[in-house]
Amino acid sequence: MTILDSINLFAIPSEAEEIRPEIRKFLIEELAGVPENMRARSWGGYDAEFSRKVADKGWIGIALPKEYGGGGRSAFTRYILLEEFLNFGAPVGAHWIADRQSAPLLLKYGTEEQKRLHIPAICRGESFFCIGMSEPEAGSDLAGIKTRAVGNDSGYLLNGRKIWTTNAHRCQYMIALVRTSGTSSDRHKGLSQIIVDLSLPGITIRPIKDLSGDSHFCEVFFDNVQLSHNALIGQEGEGWQQVTAELSLERSGPERLFSSIILLDQWLGWVRTSQNLPASSALLAGKLFTRLAPLRSMSIAIQSKLTRGESPAVEAALVKELGTTLEQYIPSAIADDIFSREDPHVPGELLLTLQYLTEISPAFSLRGGTREILRGIIARGLGLR
Amino acid sequence: MDNDLLTDAASHLLAQECTAGIVRDIEGGNRDSARALWGHIEDAGFADALVDEAYGGAGLGLAHIAGLLSRCGAHAFPLPLADTLIGRALLAHAGHARPSGTLALAKGRLLDDGSVHAVVDGGWIADSALVQLGEAWHVLALHAARRQAHAFILDCTARWEASLVNDARSMVISLPDDLDLHVLRAPLLAAQMSGAMGAILERTLEYANNRQQFGRPIGKFQAVQNQLAVMSEHVFAARMAAQLGCVSSTPFPTRLQAAIAKARCSEAALAAIETSHAVHGAIGITDELDLHLFTRRLQAWRQSSGSESYWHIKAGEALFAHQGLTLDLLRSVSSAGR
Repeated sequence: MTILDSINLFAIPSEAEEIRPEIRKFLIEELAGVPENMRARSWGGYDAEFSRKVADKGWIGIALPKEYGGGGRSAFTRYILLEEFLNFGAPVGAHWIADRQSAPLLLKYGTEEQKRLHIPAICRGESFFCIGMSEPEAGSDLAGIKTRAVGNDSGYLLNGRKIWTTNAHRCQYMIALVRTSGTSSDRHKGLSQIIVDLSLPGITIRPIKDLSGDSHFCEVFFDNVQLSHNALIGQEGEGWQQVTAELSLERSGPERLFSSIILLDQWLGWVRTSQNLPASSALLAGKLFTRLAPLRSMSIAIQSKLTRGESPAVEAALVKELGTTLEQYIPSAIADDIFSREDPHVPGELLLTLQYLTEISPAFSLRGGTREILRGIIARGLGLR
Repeated sequence: MDNDLLTDAASHLLAQECTAGIVRDIEGGNRDSARALWGHIEDAGFADALVDEAYGGAGLGLAHIAGLLSRCGAHAFPLPLADTLIGRALLAHAGHARPSGTLALAKGRLLDDGSVHAVVDGGWIADSALVQLGEAWHVLALHAARRQAHAFILDCTARWEASLVNDARSMVISLPDDLDLHVLRAPLLAAQMSGAMGAILERTLEYANNRQQFGRPIGKFQAVQNQLAVMSEHVFAARMAAQLGCVSSTPFPTRLQAAIAKARCSEAALAAIETSHAVHGAIGITDELDLHLFTRRLQAWRQSSGSESYWHIKAGEALFAHQGLTLDLLRSVSSAGR
């Protein structure tokens, strides 16, 4: 028996499905006229005004407890919400991280004061979060981070530098993994998670332009930033364990299978109207569909494990690896389908979406842990390490 | 799908009675071994699982027997149980008598001289075949057919003379809407493939942890770990696809569920076979090691009732015919179906 034997088909509870029509109606209205190549940015797209509309509907923190401003609904209701956002290409990037990771993290490890301060503001769409993990010399080797928070009378003095931090220039807070004791050679020991108010003096944020011309990730410099005592999340020195638990939330969600879905639907729309459809197009459509269907079931099965309080880190790594492989395959295979034709007559809108995803898709298997890191986690789970 | 009484009973029985030695005997043509093994399956009541209770069966659906078939795959079970399950259910539903013993399913071709030709999976060991000939179905004894070797060692081409076909009752079996033999067989083939892939993953992991080269187990090398990680992804996806194919609580899947199951399992089988043999090295292609009992079967199952491309085209046509979001078609396949 291997770890795979513990994951079985799970049907989303029908009461959770009740929310889908309402979400869909909202998205059809709000996104009318937004071109597909913009929609394709989806959870990488940033629109604070849109996020506040989502918050007004009560859909940020929908599965968080009502006492902290959440919706008190099930994790599967949230899953459906995300699925709809992604499949309509809603620009949900502003609140995505706070909703997915930061608020659940604070709920689990935060002090009562931290919860009261941050979670209701997150749910209102007023407070956006970013995650400070990578550093120039610590990418996949995350334990090698050098950014340091040194305890002093007022709390912690923060120095160092983070990089590839998504939306740091448009967020109010960062939850950073930093060293609070020891040195890089202590590896997983001596790391802590802290919450940084990005408006504090001593912080410089520099957006980095990506190959498509977008600026979503940033370099963040900390120069003697004074943090208060309540900046610490959870236990000092327990940062590695806390971060690892958080990654299961990050790796198995629908955003690991649907990053290219806008292109797939747009291509299908074009193919359905075209004359003399090549058999190779049906074959491609079926190949993509028959890969997507089990992946969606895997993601839902893992969600059911998370709901039961388990931490299926290895299974989540499996889903992310397979899912991002498919997300990357979709633009390359669709490009091949289109340009295998003698005289394609492709609508410009379809080409714009294709171009965007072709350029950005290498990121899919980088964000949230590279292939190599994930395969290492899987190998460990299989008993090879 | 592995956590039910039927599956547990099957695991127990197969571990005892369907050993690698028995599988080899049966592949070697030992009919006594085949009869004895089938006797155990009949005694356990497995073969009538899909037959309606009104006709003396267990009245189960695909969802209930998926685990049983997966365990069969995990033990390289050599007899046509899946076909027998479906064949008996079809005959019973149509009010026809069921022949005793194993029953293979095949699509026949009527030749000019009135004889019938068919490729029969498991045709060397099955007792009879339920042969579809256009609208008409016939139960034909395999020992009476002229049989010739086909691709897999237990499969054959069979030819029944016109007189034999004329003597057999011509039966009407009306299948639900868009079903055909491929659709009926695909989910059960997929379930067996998923079990067999699980078995070769376990064997390959064990081998990688034991086989020493350069002073350590080969599974300690990142290059090998990477291959095994990717293999496990395919096995995981195949397992889920087989479960989707077998989601129905009746004996019938939808065409799209069948397509997902068989396409994904066939695709995964190639990757799993390749890695399992690569990691095992030369010992893996010997007769002595049991690995080939699974990998040869997986190749045969991949080719049976439509390879991945066959089902990709079917699924693609369904997706083209669907209007609206791909998501909505994805959602439709995970519900109970028929």
